[in-house]
Amino acid sequence: MNDMTVIPSGRYRLGELHEFSAADQPFMYLVTAGAIFSLDEGAHAVLRRLETEELSHGELVEALLESGYTRQDAEELIRELLFVQGIVSDKARLSPAPAPSAPPADFPLQALVLNITNQCNLACTYCYEFGADKIATPQGKPKFMSLETAKTSVDFLLRKSAGRQAVHITFFGGETLMNFPLLREVVLYAREQAKAQDRGIGFSLTTNATLLTDEIIAFLSDNEIGVTVSMDGPPDLQDKRRVYKSGKGSYAVIEPRLRKLIANHKTRAITARVTLTDGVTDVIRIYRHLKEDLGFHEVGFAPVTNSGERDYMIDDNGMDEVLRQFHELADEWLEHALRGQMHGFSNVSETIGELIQGVNKSHPCGAGLGLLGVSPSGDLSPCHRFTDADTHTLGHISTDIDMEKREDFLSRGHVGAKYECQSCWARPLCAGGCHHEAFVRYGDTGHANLHYCDWIREWTDTCLRIYGAVSVLNPEFLERFAARKGLS
Amino acid sequence: MKHLRPVNRKAARIDESAALMEEDVVALQQPAPKPHVPMGCTLSFSPGWEVDAGGGTAGLCQPVERDIYDCYVTCFWPVQVPDHVNYSPDWASNCAVATKDWRNLDLVFP
Repeated sequence: MNDMTVIPSGRYRLGELHEFSAADQPFMYLVTAGAIFSLDEGAHAVLRRLETEELSHGELVEALLESGYTRQDAEELIRELLFVQGIVSDKARLSPAPAPSAPPADFPLQALVLNITNQCNLACTYCYEFGADKIATPQGKPKFMSLETAKTSVDFLLRKSAGRQAVHITFFGGETLMNFPLLREVVLYAREQAKAQDRGIGFSLTTNATLLTDEIIAFLSDNEIGVTVSMDGPPDLQDKRRVYKSGKGSYAVIEPRLRKLIANHKTRAITARVTLTDGVTDVIRIYRHLKEDLGFHEVGFAPVTNSGERDYMIDDNGMDEVLRQFHELADEWLEHALRGQMHGFSNVSETIGELIQGVNKSHPCGAGLGLLGVSPSGDLSPCHRFTDADTHTLGHISTDIDMEKREDFLSRGHVGAKYECQSCWARPLCAGGCHHEAFVRYGDTGHANLHYCDWIREWTDTCLRIYGAVSVLNPEFLERFAARKGLS
Repeated sequence: MKHLRPVNRKAARIDESAALMEEDVVALQQPAPKPHVPMGCTLSFSPGWEVDAGGGTAGLCQPVERDIYDCYVTCFWPVQVPDHVNYSPDWASNCAVATKDWRNLDLVFP
């Protein structure tokens, strides 16, 4: 250890880190790296000591000698902590955090979200595409994607993803299955094109499940197409806001279809995506129904996106309740993990998948980087949530990505450009939160989603403690999540 | 590292980089771990780099021919021997025993 960066003078203080304990052991999450270390007694003692005062090298060594450490051991301990930046010296000029650099101009695409229709047979009251906070401007634009546009999109994806061995297409809407005939053609065409280039291609879709038929289910299973169902829970909760234009609830229509889907689609996990709204905050009851009664493999939850002025939004009390139930399910996730069993609560699994890699995000997601959305007309957008929004068009598949607009979008969205994030220890994972949510809430995709900060930090801390506990008690289990997000 | 145990991939990479630095360029006068000095070689401030204390080669602890070979293989200080990593991997293939076969070590004409 003698040659790790040694800074023998100056006054030491704590580096940028978040401490937590799990399985009776202390850990630190290093913010500038996204690294997680477990600490021995000595390292923990140094951090405790520096919590209240800054110490010189000599003072810190003396303190450690008094606690029974040998001089060599004390020096080594300090060197290790300095090396990982768990402690820092005021003499050392740490290289400043890199300013938001110009986003990479040649970032190869990895995925396209094809909005194959902007029409929907439901009229969910909170919908970001049709509801009060919509940003889409579909007037005068095609309602359904044509085969020609879809094929051009596939060619565009393959051309713009040079160097990637595998790419992905997600089908989206509107209600995706309102344009199933196109979906089927696109899957066949895209497979053919990818095969000709000796590359892999994967597919998934999101649907409200109202239009599933035996034929469609068979096709999805045969073609290994991942399915996410947007739904909110048992009948009383589902039918509150996931309704037809007549106001009639959709549960009775989707229930038998879901059971068939889950029973007969054998090639991919079937997941449910729940939108939490005012009065729909009963996380555990929803989870039990979707996971145990209906048989979904995984269930993920997110509070509804809104401008902060909608009657369907969740107030602070509601969020506290949501979080309390999240914690209860998280405890259950941990119990499962310690027994070596997978639990279906996606919100934990997703975070664990990022923690094992130690992600440190420049942007909250891949929108505008490896991922783009395509509207029925062929307009490009950062992701499906910006489909058909004139404010956020990033070019067109028949021409190209509008590099200037893309650069503007990515520069705004860079975590380094979000002032409030600079002092937050959860920024490696959050990076300011959803671009679309920020736009709806603050009118700027580059605004940090401040209404979630406390919630994100609390949730990240919970997931870190789960991660720490599993890393001590059943470390092999974590490996199952290493490839989950395709980050390796 | 001894006091910090990496528990995710990023931490493991930091740990690896610490380990790599341990084996990187080291100072001659640093405390343990000392730099590796090949057998038969002496430090420049000691008598004996190619000559013994009496100015000859008979009293070296290793045969003088060993020097050139060790410079090539193990020495911490690079000298002008063929670049065996990139261009001349077989440079010493005819020299099984440096004390006997040192004449086989030749110049390299790229």
